[in-house]
Amino acid sequence: MRDKKFLMINLILGLLVISLIVFPLVTIKNAEFAGADDRATEAITQVDKNYKPWLKPVWEPPSGEIESLLFACQAAIGAGFLGYYIGLAKGRKNVNR
Amino acid sequence: MKKWMLLTVFTLLLIAPQIAYSMHIMEGFLPLKWCIIWDIASLPFVVVGFMTISKSVKKNPKLKMLLGFAGAFAFVLSALKIPSVTGSCSHPTGVGLGAILFGPFAMSVLGLIVLLFQALLLAHGGITTLGANTFSMAIVGPIVSYYIFKGVKKAGGPNWLAVFLAASIGDLLTYVTTSFQLAIAFPAEVGGFTASFLKFMGIFAVTQVPLAISEGLLTVLVINLLIAYSKEELIELNVLEKEGKLV
Repeated sequence: MRDKKFLMINLILGLLVISLIVFPLVTIKNAEFAGADDRATEAITQVDKNYKPWLKPVWEPPSGEIESLLFACQAAIGAGFLGYYIGLAKGRKNVNR
Repeated sequence: MKKWMLLTVFTLLLIAPQIAYSMHIMEGFLPLKWCIIWDIASLPFVVVGFMTISKSVKKNPKLKMLLGFAGAFAFVLSALKIPSVTGSCSHPTGVGLGAILFGPFAMSVLGLIVLLFQALLLAHGGITTLGANTFSMAIVGPIVSYYIFKGVKKAGGPNWLAVFLAASIGDLLTYVTTSFQLAIAFPAEVGGFTASFLKFMGIFAVTQVPLAISEGLLTVLVINLLIAYSKEELIELNVLEKEGKLV
Protein backbone atom coordinates (compact mmCIF):
# COMPACT_ATOMS: atom_id res chain seq x y z
CA MET A 1 0.00 0.00 0.00
CA ARG A 2 2.71 2.37 1.01
CA ASP A 3 4.79 1.36 -1.98
CA LYS A 4 1.90 2.14 -4.27
CA LYS A 5 1.38 5.60 -2.83
CA PHE A 6 5.10 6.27 -3.07
CA LEU A 7 5.13 5.22 -6.70
CA MET A 8 2.16 7.47 -7.44
CA ILE A 9 3.83 10.50 -5.87
CA ASN A 10 6.99 10.02 -7.90
CA LEU A 11 4.99 9.41 -11.05
CA ILE A 12 3.14 12.69 -10.53
CA LEU A 13 6.41 14.52 -9.83
CA GLY A 14 7.86 13.15 -13.06
CA LEU A 15 4.80 14.17 -15.06
CA LEU A 16 4.94 17.67 -13.59
CA VAL A 17 8.55 18.05 -14.69
CA ILE A 18 7.72 16.83 -18.20
CA SER A 19 4.81 19.26 -18.50
CA LEU A 20 7.04 22.12 -17.33
CA ILE A 21 9.45 21.24 -20.13
CA VAL A 22 6.79 20.80 -22.79
CA PHE A 23 4.82 23.92 -21.87
CA PRO A 24 7.20 26.50 -23.40
CA LEU A 25 7.68 24.33 -26.50
CA VAL A 26 3.95 24.34 -27.14
CA THR A 27 3.08 27.88 -26.13
CA ILE A 28 5.96 29.88 -27.61
CA LYS A 29 5.77 29.58 -31.34
CA ASN A 30 8.65 31.49 -32.87
CA ALA A 31 11.33 30.92 -30.31
CA GLU A 32 14.73 29.62 -31.26
CA PHE A 33 15.39 27.87 -27.97
CA ALA A 34 19.03 28.64 -28.49
CA GLY A 35 21.57 28.07 -25.80
CA ALA A 36 23.82 30.62 -24.31
CA ASP A 37 26.97 30.34 -26.26
CA ASP A 38 26.37 32.61 -29.25
CA ARG A 39 24.21 35.07 -27.35
CA ALA A 40 26.87 35.72 -24.78
CA THR A 41 28.63 38.15 -27.09
CA GLU A 42 25.44 40.10 -27.71
CA ALA A 43 24.49 40.58 -24.09
CA ILE A 44 27.93 41.70 -23.04
CA THR A 45 28.75 43.79 -26.09
CA GLN A 46 25.47 45.63 -25.62
CA VAL A 47 26.81 46.85 -22.34
CA ASP A 48 30.45 47.27 -23.34
CA LYS A 49 30.82 47.79 -27.06
CA ASN A 50 34.59 47.56 -27.03
CA TYR A 51 34.83 44.28 -25.17
CA LYS A 52 36.58 41.49 -27.04
CA PRO A 53 36.73 38.03 -25.49
CA TRP A 54 40.39 37.60 -24.67
CA LEU A 55 40.54 33.87 -24.83
CA LYS A 56 39.00 31.05 -26.84
CA PRO A 57 38.12 27.66 -25.36
CA VAL A 58 41.03 25.22 -25.58
CA TRP A 59 38.94 22.80 -27.58
CA GLU A 60 35.49 23.10 -29.05
CA PRO A 61 33.25 20.29 -30.26
CA PRO A 62 33.49 20.46 -34.07
CA SER A 63 29.71 20.50 -34.54
CA GLY A 64 26.39 20.70 -32.75
CA GLU A 65 25.99 16.96 -33.21
CA ILE A 66 29.27 16.19 -31.51
CA GLU A 67 28.40 18.57 -28.73
CA SER A 68 25.08 16.89 -28.10
CA LEU A 69 26.85 13.52 -28.20
CA LEU A 70 29.10 14.68 -25.38
CA PHE A 71 26.19 16.11 -23.41
CA ALA A 72 24.32 12.83 -23.90
CA CYS A 73 27.37 10.95 -22.61
CA GLN A 74 27.49 13.20 -19.57
CA ALA A 75 23.83 12.53 -18.80
CA ALA A 76 24.19 8.81 -19.51
CA ILE A 77 27.17 8.35 -17.22
CA GLY A 78 25.40 10.21 -14.43
CA ALA A 79 22.09 8.40 -14.94
CA GLY A 80 23.87 5.07 -15.06
CA PHE A 81 25.37 5.68 -11.66
CA LEU A 82 22.06 6.91 -10.20
CA GLY A 83 20.35 3.75 -11.43
CA TYR A 84 23.14 1.54 -10.13
CA TYR A 85 22.95 3.09 -6.68
CA ILE A 86 19.17 2.85 -6.38
CA GLY A 87 19.19 -0.71 -7.73
CA LEU A 88 21.88 -1.76 -5.31
CA ALA A 89 20.14 -0.11 -2.36
CA LYS A 90 16.82 -1.68 -3.27
CA GLY A 91 18.39 -5.11 -3.66
CA ARG A 92 20.08 -4.80 -0.28
CA LYS A 93 16.83 -3.80 1.34
CA ASN A 94 14.98 -6.77 -0.16
CA VAL A 95 17.64 -9.19 1.06
CA ASN A 96 17.50 -7.79 4.58
CA ARG A 97 13.76 -8.11 4.62
CA MET B 1 15.29 61.70 -33.19
CA LYS B 2 18.32 59.47 -33.37
CA LYS B 3 18.31 59.23 -29.63
CA TRP B 4 14.73 58.04 -29.65
CA MET B 5 15.50 55.35 -32.17
CA LEU B 6 18.45 54.16 -30.16
CA LEU B 7 16.32 54.04 -27.06
CA THR B 8 13.61 52.06 -28.85
CA VAL B 9 16.12 49.59 -30.19
CA PHE B 10 17.68 49.24 -26.78
CA THR B 11 14.31 48.66 -25.12
CA LEU B 12 13.37 46.10 -27.73
CA LEU B 13 16.63 44.30 -27.20
CA LEU B 14 15.98 44.35 -23.51
CA ILE B 15 12.54 42.77 -23.68
CA ALA B 16 12.90 40.59 -26.77
CA PRO B 17 12.72 37.01 -25.53
CA GLN B 18 15.21 35.77 -28.13
CA ILE B 19 18.08 37.60 -26.55
CA ALA B 20 19.09 34.98 -24.11
CA TYR B 21 22.23 34.48 -22.23
CA SER B 22 21.88 31.79 -19.68
CA MET B 23 24.12 29.18 -18.17
CA HIS B 24 27.73 29.63 -17.20
CA ILE B 25 30.06 32.47 -18.07
CA MET B 26 31.92 31.57 -21.24
CA GLU B 27 35.66 31.37 -21.74
CA GLY B 28 37.19 34.80 -22.28
CA PHE B 29 34.05 36.67 -21.34
CA LEU B 30 35.22 37.80 -17.95
CA PRO B 31 38.08 40.28 -17.67
CA LEU B 32 41.23 38.73 -16.20
CA LYS B 33 40.95 40.80 -13.02
CA TRP B 34 37.58 39.29 -12.20
CA CYS B 35 38.70 35.79 -13.11
CA ILE B 36 41.42 36.03 -10.51
CA ILE B 37 39.14 37.60 -7.90
CA TRP B 38 36.60 34.79 -8.22
CA ASP B 39 39.36 32.16 -8.23
CA ILE B 40 40.60 33.51 -4.92
CA ALA B 41 37.08 33.81 -3.52
CA SER B 42 36.29 30.19 -4.42
CA LEU B 43 39.48 28.61 -3.15
CA PRO B 44 38.78 28.54 0.61
CA PHE B 45 35.32 27.05 0.05
CA VAL B 46 36.74 24.29 -2.11
CA VAL B 47 39.38 23.52 0.52
CA VAL B 48 36.76 23.38 3.29
CA GLY B 49 34.57 21.25 1.02
CA PHE B 50 37.40 18.83 0.43
CA MET B 51 37.98 18.54 4.17
CA THR B 52 34.27 17.99 4.88
CA ILE B 53 34.13 15.23 2.32
CA SER B 54 37.22 13.39 3.50
CA LYS B 55 36.01 13.67 7.09
CA SER B 56 32.58 12.18 6.48
CA VAL B 57 33.98 9.49 4.21
CA LYS B 58 36.62 8.55 6.76
CA LYS B 59 33.97 8.31 9.44
CA ASN B 60 31.82 6.06 7.30
CA PRO B 61 33.27 4.69 4.05
CA LYS B 62 29.80 3.50 3.06
CA LEU B 63 28.87 7.13 2.40
CA LYS B 64 31.30 7.23 -0.53
CA MET B 65 28.63 5.73 -2.74
CA LEU B 66 26.04 8.28 -1.69
CA LEU B 67 28.55 11.04 -2.37
CA GLY B 68 28.96 9.62 -5.85
CA PHE B 69 25.20 9.62 -6.13
CA ALA B 70 25.01 13.34 -5.30
CA GLY B 71 27.75 14.04 -7.83
CA ALA B 72 26.03 11.94 -10.49
CA PHE B 73 22.79 13.85 -9.91
CA ALA B 74 24.54 17.16 -10.56
CA PHE B 75 26.25 15.60 -13.56
CA VAL B 76 22.95 14.55 -15.11
CA LEU B 77 21.00 17.72 -14.37
CA SER B 78 23.69 20.08 -15.64
CA ALA B 79 23.80 18.13 -18.92
CA LEU B 80 20.11 18.74 -19.58
CA LYS B 81 19.49 21.93 -21.48
CA ILE B 82 15.83 22.56 -20.97
CA PRO B 83 13.59 25.01 -22.87
CA SER B 84 12.08 27.81 -20.86
CA VAL B 85 9.27 30.34 -21.11
CA THR B 86 11.67 33.00 -22.42
CA GLY B 87 12.18 30.98 -25.60
CA SER B 88 15.72 30.03 -24.74
CA CYS B 89 17.37 27.16 -22.97
CA SER B 90 19.25 26.79 -19.75
CA HIS B 91 20.06 23.92 -17.45
CA PRO B 92 19.49 23.12 -13.78
CA THR B 93 22.46 22.71 -11.47
CA GLY B 94 21.56 19.67 -9.38
CA VAL B 95 23.71 20.76 -6.46
CA GLY B 96 20.86 21.21 -3.96
CA LEU B 97 20.65 17.47 -3.30
CA GLY B 98 24.29 17.19 -2.25
CA ALA B 99 23.97 20.24 -0.03
CA ILE B 100 20.95 18.75 1.77
CA LEU B 101 22.79 15.45 2.25
CA PHE B 102 26.36 16.51 2.95
CA GLY B 103 26.12 20.08 4.18
CA PRO B 104 26.85 23.44 2.57
CA PHE B 105 30.45 22.90 1.47
CA ALA B 106 30.77 19.38 0.06
CA MET B 107 29.27 20.32 -3.30
CA SER B 108 31.98 22.90 -3.93
CA VAL B 109 34.30 20.05 -4.90
CA LEU B 110 31.75 18.02 -6.85
CA GLY B 111 30.45 21.11 -8.64
CA LEU B 112 33.99 22.07 -9.56
CA ILE B 113 34.52 18.66 -11.15
CA VAL B 114 31.33 18.98 -13.19
CA LEU B 115 32.32 22.46 -14.35
CA LEU B 116 35.82 21.33 -15.24
CA PHE B 117 34.45 18.50 -17.33
CA GLN B 118 32.11 20.84 -19.19
CA ALA B 119 34.79 23.46 -19.73
CA LEU B 120 37.35 21.02 -21.13
CA LEU B 121 35.20 18.69 -23.20
CA LEU B 122 32.15 20.73 -24.10
CA ALA B 123 33.51 24.27 -24.44
CA HIS B 124 30.75 25.12 -21.99
CA GLY B 125 31.88 27.58 -19.36
CA GLY B 126 35.64 27.98 -19.31
CA ILE B 127 38.92 27.46 -17.53
CA THR B 128 39.50 31.16 -16.88
CA THR B 129 35.91 31.57 -15.70
CA LEU B 130 36.05 28.38 -13.62
CA GLY B 131 36.42 30.30 -10.36
CA ALA B 132 33.44 32.55 -11.10
CA ASN B 133 31.25 29.65 -12.22
CA THR B 134 32.31 27.54 -9.24
CA PHE B 135 31.40 30.41 -6.95
CA SER B 136 27.87 30.72 -8.33
CA MET B 137 27.00 27.08 -8.95
CA ALA B 138 29.05 25.14 -6.44
CA ILE B 139 29.30 27.60 -3.54
CA VAL B 140 26.40 30.08 -3.41
CA GLY B 141 23.80 27.59 -4.70
CA PRO B 142 24.56 24.82 -2.19
CA ILE B 143 24.96 27.20 0.79
CA VAL B 144 21.58 28.76 0.02
CA SER B 145 20.03 25.31 -0.44
CA TYR B 146 21.43 24.05 2.84
CA TYR B 147 20.19 26.93 4.97
CA ILE B 148 16.77 27.00 3.33
CA PHE B 149 16.42 23.28 4.03
CA LYS B 150 17.38 23.77 7.68
CA GLY B 151 15.23 26.88 7.99
CA VAL B 152 12.05 25.29 6.64
CA LYS B 153 12.57 22.23 8.84
CA LYS B 154 13.12 24.41 11.89
CA ALA B 155 9.97 26.36 11.13
CA GLY B 156 8.12 23.04 11.20
CA GLY B 157 7.56 22.78 7.47
CA PRO B 158 7.09 19.36 5.91
CA ASN B 159 10.11 17.51 4.52
CA TRP B 160 9.03 17.70 0.89
CA LEU B 161 8.58 21.47 1.09
CA ALA B 162 12.00 21.91 2.68
CA VAL B 163 13.63 19.85 -0.06
CA PHE B 164 11.67 21.52 -2.84
CA LEU B 165 12.38 25.07 -1.72
CA ALA B 166 16.03 24.31 -0.95
CA ALA B 167 16.74 22.88 -4.39
CA SER B 168 14.75 25.37 -6.44
CA ILE B 169 15.84 28.55 -4.65
CA GLY B 170 19.46 27.34 -4.62
CA ASP B 171 19.20 26.83 -8.38
CA LEU B 172 17.72 30.29 -8.89
CA LEU B 173 20.28 32.01 -6.67
CA THR B 174 23.08 30.43 -8.70
CA TYR B 175 21.94 32.42 -11.70
CA VAL B 176 21.34 35.56 -9.69
CA THR B 177 24.99 35.24 -8.67
CA THR B 178 26.04 34.87 -12.30
CA SER B 179 24.09 38.06 -13.11
CA PHE B 180 25.86 39.80 -10.27
CA GLN B 181 29.27 38.64 -11.50
CA LEU B 182 28.59 39.87 -15.02
CA ALA B 183 27.07 43.15 -13.87
CA ILE B 184 29.98 43.99 -11.60
CA ALA B 185 32.44 43.24 -14.42
CA PHE B 186 30.34 45.06 -17.02
CA PRO B 187 28.58 48.01 -15.41
CA ALA B 188 26.39 49.86 -17.90
CA GLU B 189 27.47 53.30 -19.10
CA VAL B 190 24.13 54.65 -18.00
CA GLY B 191 22.93 53.35 -14.67
CA GLY B 192 26.13 51.53 -13.82
CA PHE B 193 26.05 48.29 -11.90
CA THR B 194 22.34 48.39 -11.08
CA ALA B 195 21.27 48.77 -14.71
CA SER B 196 23.53 45.92 -15.81
CA PHE B 197 22.41 43.75 -12.92
CA LEU B 198 18.74 44.23 -13.77
CA LYS B 199 19.48 43.53 -17.42
CA PHE B 200 21.32 40.28 -16.76
CA MET B 201 18.77 39.32 -14.11
CA GLY B 202 15.93 39.84 -16.58
CA ILE B 203 17.62 37.41 -18.93
CA PHE B 204 18.78 34.89 -16.36
CA ALA B 205 16.26 34.76 -13.58
CA VAL B 206 13.17 34.61 -15.77
CA THR B 207 14.62 31.83 -17.91
CA GLN B 208 15.62 29.93 -14.82
CA VAL B 209 12.29 30.05 -12.92
CA PRO B 210 10.57 27.03 -14.54
CA LEU B 211 13.87 25.14 -14.51
CA ALA B 212 14.31 25.85 -10.83
CA ILE B 213 10.84 24.44 -10.21
CA SER B 214 11.76 21.34 -12.23
CA GLU B 215 14.94 20.93 -10.21
CA GLY B 216 12.96 21.23 -6.98
CA LEU B 217 10.51 18.55 -8.08
CA LEU B 218 13.26 16.21 -9.27
CA THR B 219 15.16 16.62 -6.02
CA VAL B 220 12.02 15.71 -4.05
CA LEU B 221 11.64 12.66 -6.30
CA VAL B 222 15.21 11.54 -5.71
CA ILE B 223 15.04 12.13 -1.95
CA ASN B 224 11.87 10.00 -1.97
CA LEU B 225 13.85 7.20 -3.60
CA LEU B 226 16.68 7.57 -1.11
CA ILE B 227 14.29 7.48 1.84
CA ALA B 228 12.66 4.37 0.45
CA TYR B 229 15.83 2.43 -0.34
CA SER B 230 18.75 4.07 1.38
CA LYS B 231 17.33 5.08 4.73
CA GLU B 232 20.32 4.08 6.84
CA GLU B 233 22.68 6.43 5.04
CA LEU B 234 20.27 9.33 5.50
CA ILE B 235 19.97 8.61 9.20
CA GLU B 236 23.75 8.39 9.38
CA LEU B 237 23.98 11.85 7.84
CA ASN B 238 21.35 13.24 10.23
CA VAL B 239 19.14 14.15 7.31
CA LEU B 240 16.42 11.84 8.55
CA GLU B 241 15.16 11.15 12.05
CA LYS B 242 15.07 7.47 13.00
CA GLU B 243 11.36 7.28 12.34
CA GLY B 244 11.42 9.74 9.47
CA LYS B 245 8.36 9.46 7.36
CA LEU B 246 8.14 9.69 3.62
CA VAL B 247 8.93 13.11 2.26
